[in-house]
Amino acid sequence: MNTAAIHEREDYLNVSHGLKSWLLTKDHKRIGLLYLATITLFFFLGGLFATVIRIELLTPGGGLVSSETYNKLFTMHGVTMIFFFLIPSIPAVLGNFFLPMMIGARDLAFPRINLISWYLLVIGGLFALFAMLAGGVDTGWTFYTPYSTTYSNTWVIATALGIFVAGFSSILTGLNFIVTIHTMRAPGLTWFRMPLFVWAHYATSLIQVLGTPVLAVTIVLVLCERVFHIGIFDPALGGDPVLFQHLFWFYSHPAVYIMILPAMGVVSELVSTFSRKAIFGYRVVAFSSVAIAVLGFLVWGHHMFVSGQSVFAGMAFSFLSYFVAIPSAIKVFNWTATLYKGSISWETPMLYAFGFIGLFTIGGLTGLFVAALGIDVHVTDTYFVVAHFHYIMVGGAIMAYLGGLHYWWPKMTGRMYPEGWAKLSALVIFLGFNLTFFPQFILGYLGMPRRYHTYPEEFQVLHVLSTAGASVLAVGYAIPMIYFAWSLKYGAMAGTNPWGASGLEWKTPSPPPLHNFDTTPVVTHDAYDYSTVVGEAVEIG
Amino acid sequence: MGSPRLFPVQASTFAPDVDHLLYFLLAVAVFFSLAIFCSIFYFAIRYRRRSENELPRAVHGGMALEILWSVIPFGLTMVMFTWGASIYFNESRPPDNALDIYVVGKQWMWKLEHLGGQREINELHIPVGRAVRLTMTSEDAIHSFFVPAFRTKQDAVPGRYTTTWFTPTKAGKYHLFCAEYCGTNHSRMGGWVYVMAPRDYETWLSGGTSGGSLAENGQKLFDELACGNCHKPDGSGRCPSLTGLFGKTVQLVGGGTVKADEGYIRESILQPQAKIVSGYGPIMPTFQGLVTEEGVMQLIEYIKSLGPPPAATPTH
Amino acid sequence: MASEAQAHAETAALRVQFDTEAQQKDASTLGMWIFLITEVMFFGGMFTAYTVYRRAYSDAFAVASSSLNVTIGAINTAVLLFSSFTMVMAVRASQLGQRRMIVLFLVLTLIFGGMFLGVKAYEWNEKFEQHHVPGPSFHMEGVAQQGHAQLFFSLYFAMTGLHAAHMVIGVGLLSWLIWMANKGKFTAEYNTPVDIAGLYWHFVDVIWIFLFPLLYLIDRHLPK
Repeated sequence: MNTAAIHEREDYLNVSHGLKSWLLTKDHKRIGLLYLATITLFFFLGGLFATVIRIELLTPGGGLVSSETYNKLFTMHGVTMIFFFLIPSIPAVLGNFFLPMMIGARDLAFPRINLISWYLLVIGGLFALFAMLAGGVDTGWTFYTPYSTTYSNTWVIATALGIFVAGFSSILTGLNFIVTIHTMRAPGLTWFRMPLFVWAHYATSLIQVLGTPVLAVTIVLVLCERVFHIGIFDPALGGDPVLFQHLFWFYSHPAVYIMILPAMGVVSELVSTFSRKAIFGYRVVAFSSVAIAVLGFLVWGHHMFVSGQSVFAGMAFSFLSYFVAIPSAIKVFNWTATLYKGSISWETPMLYAFGFIGLFTIGGLTGLFVAALGIDVHVTDTYFVVAHFHYIMVGGAIMAYLGGLHYWWPKMTGRMYPEGWAKLSALVIFLGFNLTFFPQFILGYLGMPRRYHTYPEEFQVLHVLSTAGASVLAVGYAIPMIYFAWSLKYGAMAGTNPWGASGLEWKTPSPPPLHNFDTTPVVTHDAYDYSTVVGEAVEIG
Repeated sequence: MGSPRLFPVQASTFAPDVDHLLYFLLAVAVFFSLAIFCSIFYFAIRYRRRSENELPRAVHGGMALEILWSVIPFGLTMVMFTWGASIYFNESRPPDNALDIYVVGKQWMWKLEHLGGQREINELHIPVGRAVRLTMTSEDAIHSFFVPAFRTKQDAVPGRYTTTWFTPTKAGKYHLFCAEYCGTNHSRMGGWVYVMAPRDYETWLSGGTSGGSLAENGQKLFDELACGNCHKPDGSGRCPSLTGLFGKTVQLVGGGTVKADEGYIRESILQPQAKIVSGYGPIMPTFQGLVTEEGVMQLIEYIKSLGPPPAATPTH
Repeated sequence: MASEAQAHAETAALRVQFDTEAQQKDASTLGMWIFLITEVMFFGGMFTAYTVYRRAYSDAFAVASSSLNVTIGAINTAVLLFSSFTMVMAVRASQLGQRRMIVLFLVLTLIFGGMFLGVKAYEWNEKFEQHHVPGPSFHMEGVAQQGHAQLFFSLYFAMTGLHAAHMVIGVGLLSWLIWMANKGKFTAEYNTPVDIAGLYWHFVDVIWIFLFPLLYLIDRHLPK
């Protein structure tokens, strides 16, 4: 453990010291770490809310907290996890850190705007935190009108402002990524030589840039309504409460693709590296990311099948929703095909990738259930939907995020995490997750509605199973926190390329120097070419 | 409550239809989940790295395979869509002879009223085997009327009517839940649907409060509010006759037409300028604030009770 | 194999992350275009709400719209069009590296922008005096459903207010540009900030070109 050695060479971590050098940094790598710290805090805050919710749901009558408090807890859980954890997570941490490196650039196109993005997330988060500490907000993260504009007497305005500000963080990140990918690829790096991680972030950025402004203006209208009582969503003045739902879901459906596309990008990298094989169907997978981004804008009304919208609208949205399922299915098949005749190594990142593929498959298949009009009438607003999206967001996105963190941790910090503990926590997370959320499918079909503080006794057994799972899951999430922190001081030194991965980021030292590359590399081959990485290669398959 | 169930009871004609679609979806989901899980499991073991300098031969893709695993899933999803859409379509078409019940949701209770004037709070008594159509609205936030045993759900939206219908098939007592978050006591805004044998239902109806039927109360309200000063039955007043209006197609100023259903009548009472009948002026004042949602429902039933259209249309 | 492009010292025209000045200019321009697309989506949400209610309550909206001062609105439209012209001239001057001309035309643009905002303030004040501002004292003559007319004005103030906020930001940008131009920061080789600020200014102008007919000109073509 030669800690002196790591400081002989100048890298982005030791090139400057002090708080100012972090808070005023323009280095995309440091900004990625700033985001890492911020979203980790929000993850644990959102997790705390979830813990209290699951404990409360152990008994049908509640009793730990009042109904008012419970309603605030699920609202704040959703707001925190979606806007302050999931949406930034992979793009703002891993995307910021590795997008420039993967395309051979020294930084993003607009480093100062990158820093502003981080500050916007923090400021938005402070607004939301203020609302939570001052008494909380109880509208649900979807803040439907007229409850949110007229009837709720909680901190709606402060929370909405927090989300508004955080939205601009997302927009600016997306803008930065699009411009960077278009204008700063290294010589020889054509579009179809880019890693799939980059394609995934390009597609994500398209959604961030086109969708988030609609949420922003919807929030403006809700704020005007709440403050000035103007009548846009108030039926007594001629307003339409369902118009809010259209405007809200126009962003919030594409938003779920903001949360999953980067995860799919990570999984492509992991599956390729740990099979030592190019992703099967590279172009198809690349196009499928863009297809998901485009089609994702056409399906928002599937959240509104029982809202009173017309039967025709319901049919149109259901039909289109099945279209958007296909590109995701194609990815799963392509990843699986990549494994065939590969050289598969079972390190922790790959275990997370396996977990992702399995759990995303289940989550995605249950999406087919809710896309079916006749089924959705029964299961919408029940725990079935809650289970569906947690399979995708937690079983999918969060597992991919953890997989990516483990994969790129050596590059970011120069240290290895302890493999044994990492494998154990991956297993604990997988088991805990399934125990938490699988019973919720059954609960939902039985008719247990969402956002319920108290419930009929006959649902208790399933709730107890779910809470038991949540306690296991919590342990699973806590362990990496500990060993990642431990590894910073005591972890084994990581070399330049501990995984034998392809990709430009693995050709620089770990941790990388300030400007990533001393000279801009020239790219001469496709992504995922392992022939140059494996010394004295022996061909198989 | 008995031992916990894993599957909801089927108590309406929709329930088996919905459940059959569920079984199909489950079969597809289990098939593909197992296929993927088993493939991954098998490949991960079979192709596990045996030596450090192994280099698999690159396989960049196969169009045939891509087409296969795009087209087959797409075909399956189109079956799912069609099947689900047909159930939904049926759910939007109540039969003409359905029993009408009016529902008003408010924080945090359901108010239901039968045509005969019987009122219920958080409970609904209905006969087995007869189609029931609910016409619903809300007085405040959005609520949602959900009966898991029937597999039906529909939002109750303030400012307009929404409808849902079902035909119960099994006598019993079934949960009624509010399924759209509406504030503090959202989880307590529920109750029971009692499906009864037809004779028991008749007994229940006659035992209900005798405050007059909806139509009778509607007539009282109509007179109190002096609607008849303008809406003369022979059409000689300044406003259209309401006799035989319900269900008719109405010509509007500006050229459009509209069907005179419950929603149209409610809108005409509360927002009369929204649709003006052709040949008439925008002179009707709004009754927003002067009539409750229940009052509107009573007026609607009264108007429904006014006979068939007169032989000659009045000239104006 | 390595390329020729190295890490280099930073200048305004060639920031450290870019390899050539042309690359930086491309990136800045693309960045501004994408930002403007986000603005289209942002205003688009309000235009959607407006369209929905205009269709639903066409009579009330027509009456409310006719109470707006078309002459003043037309003057403001002309003012903004002139300001876009002077902005184009400023960009041209920056491409030619003519310091004095850049400052002159930017100042003219700023003046026009300020005029627009001043006229807007006058208009809003007029609305306030006529009790057309949504709120407890709202009252519109000739409309039975006050709620619908109030809805028109809510959208009117929200949309023109959002537009005015963007104008204020534009005025701030122009002030900064004038200060930079005066110090000689813009040359024929490096004028990107003027260029992309021009894009922003034209965009804010175009938004007004849509707002004016939508809000002010409903049914004006019909005979009274």
